[in-house]
Amino acid sequence: MEHLPSWLSGSLIFLGAAVIAVPVSKALGLGAIIGYLAAGVLIGPWGLGLVSDVETILHVAEFGVVLMLFLVGLELEPDRLSKLRVPIFVWGTAQVLTCTAALLAVALLLGVPWRIALVVALGLSLSSTAIALQVMGERNLLPTTSGQAAFGMLLFQDVAAIPILALLPLLGPAEAGTVVDASDRALEAARIVAVIAGIIIGGRLLIRPALRWIARSDTPEIFTAASLLLVVAIAALMQVVGLSMALGAFLAGVLLSQSEYRRELETDIEPFKGLLLGLFFIAVGMSIDFGVLMANPWQMLGLVVGFLVVKSLALLLLAKVMGLPLAERAVFTVLMAQGGEFAFVVFQAATGNRIFPAETASLLVGAVAISMLVSPLLLVAVDRWILPRFQRNSRGTAEEISEPQEAPVIIAGFGRFGQIVARVLAAQSIPTTILDHDVETLETARLIGSQVFYGDATRLDLLRVAGAAQAKVLVIAIDNVDQSLALADLAREHFPTLKVVARARDVVHWNQLLERGVELVDRELFESSLMSSRRVMQLLGYPAHEARQAALTFRRHNIALIDRLRTMRNDREQLVAALHAGRAELAQQMTNERAARGERRATGTVRHAFGIGDDGVQEVSPMTTQGVSPSKGDAS
Amino acid sequence: MSAAAPDSIYLIAAHPDWRNSRVTRRLLKAARGVADAGRLVVNDLYTSYPDYAIDVQAEQARLQQASLVVLLFPLHWYASPALLKLWLDEVLTYGWAYGLDRPALEGKTLWIVTSAGGPEDSYQPGGYNRHAVDEYLLPWRQAARLCGMHYAQPQVLLSAHRVGDADLAIHTDRFTEALKTWPQWQHGSNQRPLTTADREAIVPATDRRTSESLP
Repeated sequence: MEHLPSWLSGSLIFLGAAVIAVPVSKALGLGAIIGYLAAGVLIGPWGLGLVSDVETILHVAEFGVVLMLFLVGLELEPDRLSKLRVPIFVWGTAQVLTCTAALLAVALLLGVPWRIALVVALGLSLSSTAIALQVMGERNLLPTTSGQAAFGMLLFQDVAAIPILALLPLLGPAEAGTVVDASDRALEAARIVAVIAGIIIGGRLLIRPALRWIARSDTPEIFTAASLLLVVAIAALMQVVGLSMALGAFLAGVLLSQSEYRRELETDIEPFKGLLLGLFFIAVGMSIDFGVLMANPWQMLGLVVGFLVVKSLALLLLAKVMGLPLAERAVFTVLMAQGGEFAFVVFQAATGNRIFPAETASLLVGAVAISMLVSPLLLVAVDRWILPRFQRNSRGTAEEISEPQEAPVIIAGFGRFGQIVARVLAAQSIPTTILDHDVETLETARLIGSQVFYGDATRLDLLRVAGAAQAKVLVIAIDNVDQSLALADLAREHFPTLKVVARARDVVHWNQLLERGVELVDRELFESSLMSSRRVMQLLGYPAHEARQAALTFRRHNIALIDRLRTMRNDREQLVAALHAGRAELAQQMTNERAARGERRATGTVRHAFGIGDDGVQEVSPMTTQGVSPSKGDAS
Repeated sequence: MSAAAPDSIYLIAAHPDWRNSRVTRRLLKAARGVADAGRLVVNDLYTSYPDYAIDVQAEQARLQQASLVVLLFPLHWYASPALLKLWLDEVLTYGWAYGLDRPALEGKTLWIVTSAGGPEDSYQPGGYNRHAVDEYLLPWRQAARLCGMHYAQPQVLLSAHRVGDADLAIHTDRFTEALKTWPQWQHGSNQRPLTTADREAIVPATDRRTSESLP
């Protein structure tokens, strides 16, 4: 390894471990998180010992949690967030207080000194945002009642961790607590308020125009860089004033959730979040101190089982009070019972404040890490043994899980074509997800009040984020032929159940789309050309209804004709011949129809050249009348 | 009830193939000649709505403004042309035209002016059309009644393809004269306002909805 620079060997080890461990774990039905954790244990100081600098990696990887909360924020529009007020503030407070009280009571009963007991209880009351959100995301639990409750609690914990950390110096031995005078505190509070206000105002006024300007440069990787920069900058800002980075990122996410760049930001950040979160789980796996575990195996076991049981009981009580559906309580409890990453920080800080010695801290950190390792396993157990019991009696509650569905229609391309489609659907209150890569177009669309997203619809990941997997219909309204075809291919390959309605520029494009299995294709100028032909006929004196019938006959005929021509389009001579034949056939058909109309009348009475002239509209010119007037004589 | 002036007329003409129309077209043209601003409104259905997308609100507003509603059409297959039937279906809606204590068209008069190819003697029990034209118009008559409208005696021209120009001229003159002299020919007995008992006879209260129950 000496020949390799450390970043290279590091990447090699982490990527290798993840690539092997995660698929294996998934194949065993254990889920990705256990795979990552196992990979961490394997390569960590107590496994193969390939990586030793766990601390640093944990710090880097924590950024995955920050990115995750940014993404969660992006999904939450401000009005939905305000609906979460109760879960966040009421249930959040209730969870931290109940769990802390229960843990504190048990610790005190066991004779632990109250200062230590309080810190331990506070630290262990927090849960792992990373694991819980990841699992809820995988299982699509966020929209459920328990998901909302858990999410609110996790968000509250992010806020609560700050006062808990602030409390530690006060709990330490007197000489350790540095006395902070009131003016310092006021200054700090002012700084915090200023930063949050700055993020909110900046998010509203600056970020959007900045993103627009960057998007206009049409360099996708720079937009990705900008997305990352945005989150990093906000995290840094929050760090400077001593607030939770994740909270700041979450706030920024919420602010941008209504912007047209939401989907694009999501798509760009998602892979980074995934990888960093994986790294985070690996780091947790590595940080499990098997030395301590081996030294006091029973103590460790007692600690893990003890705090999980106490916390679970408190959470079950809470779930009952909140009235969560019975079937959801088990998963909710398991998700919230495990210790969280904040506990690492709290116990580390407690050592710093000399509340308890380093050995206690590493015992506690070990217990938390093990609980994080165990909880995915517990979930598997819940899935296997507890949930099946509910499945039988809880069929009735299945609907509520599917509550916030993605829009059933995706419209790719918001030009003149897509706009009309979108507006007709909007008038029927049919929700649509609109994708376009032109900033100017999106600006106009925003003015009309449509929900539009910036992005190239021919990117698979973006399509996925736009909900192509759940949507019913995809409208390909892109004017660029190549992109339209690329999108049709993509849709057919990856979303075979998605119905496609497409706009064709011309017959060639129409053919190409049909070849790709797209059956509902409309030539973009066909219908409006027919309309114009009707107007011309009317100006020449045709009654409106007759003009319509003529145009519709042509329409039917023409569609049948190009369908027939499709089979022979590679043979130019045959094609030209068929075209001529088709034209003659149509002329014959129309003549016949006119003749039939004329004959329908009983006896050949006086023919009327339609003279709306008397009624105020111009007379049909003799020449035209010759061509169209349906008397028996001229049906040649 | 309605703000319609007593002499106001709404004339609806329907012919799917104007160029092959002889009688209806001539009557339409004559009616347009009568038209003086505001009193007589003429609507050529197949020209106004060639795509069959009827503007229901506009139609209802025009009906409300008229005291006489004239339907001018040829009999095709013993019935009105399809678009006029669609007009009936879509414009005379439940809760507006009927099914209420006070339907919107109550007290107005419906007058049908139509023509058919068959001769007089075919439209009787022994003839090949077997029924009188009035019988083929029965749905219109009952529709008018359900809406609380008066039903004026239809003006019908038979042998429409063969009839001579002189007879057609007489028919046309009778038609325009009626338009010009409305509402003088609105004759006595059946023109009094409806009483509660009349309404009860048209639609029993149990099959009506009250104005309050309307959305």
